[in-house]
Amino acid sequence: MKGIFVGLVLGVVSVLVIPAPLVAHHGTASFDTSKDLTLKGTVTEWIWANPHCFLKFDAMDDTGAMRNWAVEVSNPTDMTKRGWARSSFKIGDMVTVILQPVKNGAPIGRLKTVALPDGSTLTAMGPAPAATPAPAQ
Amino acid sequence: MKVLFAMASVATLFLVPLRSAQAQEWNSAGLPDSVLNAPRTNAAPAPKRDIGGIWDAGGAGIAGPGHESAPWTDWAKQKAANYKPGNGPRAVYEADINDPLSTVCDPSGFPRLVMYETRPFQIVQTPNQVLILYMFEKRWRVIWTDGRTLPKDPDPRWYGYSVGHWEDDYTFVVNTIGSDERSWLDNAGNPHSADLKVEERYHRVNHDVMEMTVTIDDAKAYTRPWTPRNRMRLTLAPAGFDMMEMICSPTEVMDFRRNINDRTVNK
Repeated sequence: MKGIFVGLVLGVVSVLVIPAPLVAHHGTASFDTSKDLTLKGTVTEWIWANPHCFLKFDAMDDTGAMRNWAVEVSNPTDMTKRGWARSSFKIGDMVTVILQPVKNGAPIGRLKTVALPDGSTLTAMGPAPAATPAPAQ
Repeated sequence: MKVLFAMASVATLFLVPLRSAQAQEWNSAGLPDSVLNAPRTNAAPAPKRDIGGIWDAGGAGIAGPGHESAPWTDWAKQKAANYKPGNGPRAVYEADINDPLSTVCDPSGFPRLVMYETRPFQIVQTPNQVLILYMFEKRWRVIWTDGRTLPKDPDPRWYGYSVGHWEDDYTFVVNTIGSDERSWLDNAGNPHSADLKVEERYHRVNHDVMEMTVTIDDAKAYTRPWTPRNRMRLTLAPAGFDMMEMICSPTEVMDFRRNINDRTVNK
């Protein structure tokens, strides 16, 4: 049931999210921005750094191969405005990631949305969520 | 009941400012859109000859694709022939980018600092200087207001040499020369020469709002002056606004390239 709910939420989010530039410092020439790939995987690393944060996770693709993916988002400043944080992921978290893959077939991509173990979803593209949590540490 | 409601309303009016005044927040990424987009036409008048404070342009300050420049001269075409920008009309594949800022963390330099990632910045006025402290790169600039003139034939500096004056009680004008030719103007790889002259105008509209205009005058590189920032709106942030660090660390850039950029090469 929870899976169906998450799927529904992701479906709605993927329709609502308007494609928009994710990253400020470079374009998207190497990425297939017309294709969304949905992968369920396990977080292996979450890098909170400039010029771009990136999430690494192990996931099985449609060929049955398990690969370690690295998917980028914007910088910590921009992601903070979207409600992301250094503490958004822990190693071992089960996540469902919607991404735009790189054209060359490597396990690299641009993250669009990620569903977290608690059922909530973080978005990395399109308009920032209206209610921006106040960053505090 | 009406009295109770009125009392509650008045109490709320006092409570809200009190709460925000007491709030201590760290690592602010920027003002929320609701604050940036508020009209603020009822703000208090601008103080005279005072542009001090923390200012935020929000998304308008981030010019990812760069700027549409005035036409390049032949000198500019030659200068930028080997520039491989990551964005704009001449963008190359990610793995081929050679932008000195994003690939090796060279200083963004001036005026790129006010043409690209114009994140929140703090202006501090002293008796003989205006200091601007930028969140992006955690850099600062010194603008001399002691009456000195710009140097003749200066050694190039990443952030040039700046002097400023008050054009009127609400408009501070900065003139800068001597910017190092190695810096790009923006993400699109627009070049500049050592002859570049930049004018910044900071016009305080009222207490909460200021406009920034930047004009590029570089006859060696462009056929005419052009204005990449035209009355860009800046909103005053609360005094307790603690800016995040936003630093280009070579270690982090190398890690990003190793994990992402270098693996995007098209076979």
